[in-house]
Amino acid sequence: MTAAPAAAGKSAALERYEAVIGIEIHCQLKTVSKMFCGCSTEIDGAAPNSHCCPVCLGLPGVLPTINRTAVEWVLATGFAIEATVAPTTRWDRKNYFYPDLPKGYQISQYQLPLAANGRLTFDTSEGPFTVRVRRAHLEEDTGRLIHDELGGRRVSLIDFNRSGMPLMEIVTEPDIRTAEQARRYAEELRLLMRTIGASDAEMENGQMRVEANVSIRPRGQESFGTRVEVKNMNSMRAVERAIAYEIERQAVAVDAGETIHMETRGWDEARQSTYHMRPKEEENDYRYFPEPDLPPLLTSPEWLAGIKARLPELPSVRRVRYREAFGLSAYDADVLVNDAAAAALFEGALAAGAGVPAKLLANWVTGEYMRLAKGGEGSGGGAAGRVDAAELAALVKLVAGGAISGTNAKEVFGEHFASGAGVASIVKARGFRQISDAGALGAAIDQVLAANPAAVADYRAGKAAAVGFLVGQVMKATRGQANAGMVQTALRERLDKAE
Amino acid sequence: MTDLTRLHAHEMSPLLRVGEVSSRALTEAHLAAAERQNHSLNAWLVIYRTEALAQADAADRRLAEARRTGPAALAALHPLCGVPVGLKDLVSVKGGQATAGSKILAGYIAPFDSTVTARLRQAGAVILGKTNMDEFAMGSSTEHSAYGPTANPWDLTRVPGGSSGGSAAAVAAFHVPLAIGTDTGGSIRQPASMCGVVGMRPTYGRVSRYGIVAFASSLDQIGPFGRDVRDAAILLHAVSGHDRRDATSAPIPVPPELLSLPDSDDEAASYLRGRRIALPREYFVEGMEPGVAARVREAVAAMQAAGAKVEEVSLPHTDYGLATYYIIAPAECSSNLARYDGVKYGFADRSSGEFIADYLRTRGAGFGPEVKRRIMLGTYALSAGYYDAYYLKAQKVRTLIKADFDAVWAAGFDSICAPTSPTVAFPLGAKLADPVAMYLIDACTLPVNMAGLPGVSVPAGLSDGLPVGLQIVGAPWSELSMLRLARAYEAITARATWRAVEPAELHLTDDPTTPSPAERMTRHTQGASATGSGGQA
Repeated sequence: MTAAPAAAGKSAALERYEAVIGIEIHCQLKTVSKMFCGCSTEIDGAAPNSHCCPVCLGLPGVLPTINRTAVEWVLATGFAIEATVAPTTRWDRKNYFYPDLPKGYQISQYQLPLAANGRLTFDTSEGPFTVRVRRAHLEEDTGRLIHDELGGRRVSLIDFNRSGMPLMEIVTEPDIRTAEQARRYAEELRLLMRTIGASDAEMENGQMRVEANVSIRPRGQESFGTRVEVKNMNSMRAVERAIAYEIERQAVAVDAGETIHMETRGWDEARQSTYHMRPKEEENDYRYFPEPDLPPLLTSPEWLAGIKARLPELPSVRRVRYREAFGLSAYDADVLVNDAAAAALFEGALAAGAGVPAKLLANWVTGEYMRLAKGGEGSGGGAAGRVDAAELAALVKLVAGGAISGTNAKEVFGEHFASGAGVASIVKARGFRQISDAGALGAAIDQVLAANPAAVADYRAGKAAAVGFLVGQVMKATRGQANAGMVQTALRERLDKAE
Repeated sequence: MTDLTRLHAHEMSPLLRVGEVSSRALTEAHLAAAERQNHSLNAWLVIYRTEALAQADAADRRLAEARRTGPAALAALHPLCGVPVGLKDLVSVKGGQATAGSKILAGYIAPFDSTVTARLRQAGAVILGKTNMDEFAMGSSTEHSAYGPTANPWDLTRVPGGSSGGSAAAVAAFHVPLAIGTDTGGSIRQPASMCGVVGMRPTYGRVSRYGIVAFASSLDQIGPFGRDVRDAAILLHAVSGHDRRDATSAPIPVPPELLSLPDSDDEAASYLRGRRIALPREYFVEGMEPGVAARVREAVAAMQAAGAKVEEVSLPHTDYGLATYYIIAPAECSSNLARYDGVKYGFADRSSGEFIADYLRTRGAGFGPEVKRRIMLGTYALSAGYYDAYYLKAQKVRTLIKADFDAVWAAGFDSICAPTSPTVAFPLGAKLADPVAMYLIDACTLPVNMAGLPGVSVPAGLSDGLPVGLQIVGAPWSELSMLRLARAYEAITARATWRAVEPAELHLTDDPTTPSPAERMTRHTQGASATGSGGQA
C-alpha cells in the first residue's frame, strides 16, 4: 500500500504525469411517480418498503410503463448540453444478480441513449474549460441493502423504496485532467440540473452520485494508463480531494515500480484517502439486449420543440448577460447564477424598481441578502426571512441617492428580512436620513476627537488603522446616519492638518 | 335434466339470462366433475370451490338484477356472466397461487389480478381453478410440470400436449366449457389439437400480458380454449383489448361481432364462398403422420367443396423457425426468470448464509431440467461475443419469417391452413429422452409466434382414434375473419360422425383406482433419461 499526501493540485507528480479522468454522474430525476410504475417518489424518510408495488418489486407477470416526465428531463438535459437527441430510442436490459435488483435486470439504455455527444463549458481557476459529454440516458434505480444486526445475528435487509426511481446517467469523455476540473464539472452539472428543474441533485442524500474513472500517463504519452474507478464521494469537496488523492497515489505507485490494477476504490472521508473496494479484472458481461416489454420510443419533432421551448435561461447564458448587460463582475455574476433564490431576487428587484443601479443591487444581493439567507448574524437564527424584491429595489435606490447611509441601510434591510415591514416605514419609524452636511459632521467629529485622545495619538504614531475606530465613533454618535465616506475624508483632513 | 357440463358457453348464456339455470348449478356441476376426475387427469393444480361458488352467487345476483331492470340491462351483460372458466396457473389471481408449474414459485401468492383476470371478473365469469402446465410454459407435453404430468382424456396413457395441457384437458373432459392458456410457440394450439378442442392464439398485442408470468416476452400471448369456435370467440372478446399496463398491447378495437358468430350452420358455411386459402408446402413436413396429413387435406378439400379457393404457397424460411425460436425464446426467458432468486417470494434455500451460494442453491433446486437448459441456452446466446452471431442474427431471420407471411397476405389470401401438430398425442414419457423429436412437434406452430400472427387450431377428425387439429392462421388483427372461417369449417363438418365422439377414456377418470398420470409416466419412463427432454411452449 502506498501512502500519498493529497494536497490538491500542488503535486510534484503532476509535472511528470498527466491525469486522465472521466466522470459518470447519476441524478435522480424530479418526477411525481417512479420510472415504470405509479409509486410515489416521495421516499425520503419513508418507512422501508412503504413505497412499492408489484411492478417495482418485480413480481411475476408485471410489466413496465414509461414515465413521460422522466424522458422529458433527459431530453431537456440533452438540449442544455447541446447534445444530439435521438429520433428513436430504445430500452435495454442490463442483466446481473444482486438482492437489491428485484427483477435480476435493470431497465436501462445501452445502444440508443436519449442524448449523445454533448458538451459542458465552465470556469476554472485556469480559465474556461469544456468537457465533452458522451451520453445521457435514462434508467431505473435499485433498492437499497441495509446491513444490520437482528437478535444478535448479522442480517442484510432490503428496502425497495428506491427501486424503480428514475435515474439519469451522464457520462463524459475522458477529457478531464485535474481534480479541480472534475469538481467544477460536477458543480456546473448540478447547477444545470437545478436550473432546468430536472433534479434537486443533493449529493448528501444520493440524489446526485458522482463516480470518477482516474488513470495517469507520463506527460507526452498518447495511450491511456490503467483506470481506477473512484466512488463514495458525497460532496463536491470530496470529489476534488478523492481524485487528487487518487492521482497522487497512482503517481507514487508508478514511480515505485508498481502496477496499477483495474479496481473500484472508495473515498474514505475520515481518513481522506481512497481504499480498495473490489477488483475489476474484466468488464462484467451484462448480456444487454433490447427490452421486449417496451416498444421503441419515438421522439417527435413537435415534442422535442416543446421541451426546448420550455427550457429556462441556462447558467452559461445568464452569466454572460449579467456581465454584459449589467456590468457585473465575473465573480458576482457567478455567485448570483449559482444561487437560484439570489438570482430571482436580483432579477425581481431590477424589474420592480426602474433605475435601480444593477451593480449596487448585485452587491446587496450577494452581500447582505446572502449573508442573512445563510443564517448570518441578525438573520434570526437562520430562519430565512422573506425579502420583497420591490422593497430591496427601493432601499438600494435610497442608498444610491445618498438619502440613507450604508450602515442604516443594513439595519433597515435586517429589519425587513426579519419582519417583512416595508423599507419606507422602517426608515420613517427609525428617523433615518443621511447626514451629508459638512457643518453638522464637523461638530460630531470634533467631539469624537476630543473624547478619544489615545486613538488620535495612535494615528499620529503611524497606526493608520486608528482612523477606522474614529469613523466608527462618529457613526455611533450620529446613530449611523453620517455619510461614512465624508466622515473618513474629514477625519483624515483634520488629523493630518493638526499634526 | 341434461348434464350441465355438456353445455357450451353460448348455450349456457341464454339459459342463465332467462333464469332457467343458475350459475351456482353450473358451477356445482363443473366443480363436481373436476374434483371427481382430477386424480386421474391432474388437469388442475388447484380448484377454488369456495371462491367459485361465491363468484357464481354474485353472477346470479347480477343476472337477477338485470332481469328485473329489463332487456337492455340483460343485453349489457357479457355472455360469460355466470360461466365457469379455468385459468392456466401462470395467470395472476389476487390472493391465489401462480406457480407457473414450477417449484420455485411454490408458496407465492399473487397480491394483484392480471388484466385478464380483472376482465373476466368484470364480465362475471366464475374462476373454477388453476390448470397444470409445463414449468414456465416450457414444453410440449405438460410433462415438465413440477406438480406431475396431465393425462389426455382420449387416452390416459398419453400426453395432452403442452404447455397449456391442463387447460386443454380440462375443457376436453367437460370440467369447464372454457379455459385460458398462453401460447409462446404453440402452447395453446398444439394441446388443443391433441385434446380435440378449439384453441386460439391472438395477434401479439391483442391481449394484455400484465400479470401473466412471463416466459418469452416478445412471443407470449394469452388465448382461449373452448369446445367450439363460438365459445372461443366469446372468451377472446372478454379478455382482449388495449391495456395501459402493457406497453406492447395495441390500441386496436375489439370487434363486437366476436360475440355473434352465426349459430346457423348454413349461414356460417356461406362465409367460405370465394375465400382464398393458402396451403404452405413446407408445413407438410417429413415425419408427419399419414393420418394427420390425410385429415388436414380432407378438411381443406371440404372447404374447397364449400366454395373456398385453395392454392399451394411457399413460406421459404419455415425451416429456420425452430432454430431461431430456440435462440430468442431462451434469451428472453434467461432474463425473465432471473427474478426467481429466493430473496423475495417462493421457494428459497438460504442454508449457506451467503447470498451468491443461496442463489445457486435456490435456483439449482427450484428449477426443473428443461427450464435450466433454456436459461443456459439463452444466457449463452446473449453473452458478449455471441450476441451478434446468435440473438441479433435470429432477430433478422425472424424478420424474414414474418416477410414470408406478409407476402401471402399481400397476394390476397384470407388465411393459411396447415396441420397444427405433425402427430397426434404421444404416450407419456415417449419423447422425454428424445428432445429433437419433441422439438419437431412444434415446427408448424412456432413460425406463427415468430411473426406475431393469430392462429387457431380446430378439431378436424381422428387418426387411430385420437384427435387431429387443423391450424388456421390469419393476418395481424384478423381474429374475427379467422374465427369466421374456423366457424365455417365447423359448420360444414357439423354432421361428421367423428364430431359426436367423446374423449374415449373419459369414463375411466371417474374410477378412483385409475392410476394418476404421474404413476403412468413413471412406468413408461423406467430406464429412460429424464434429462433429455425438450419441447416448445
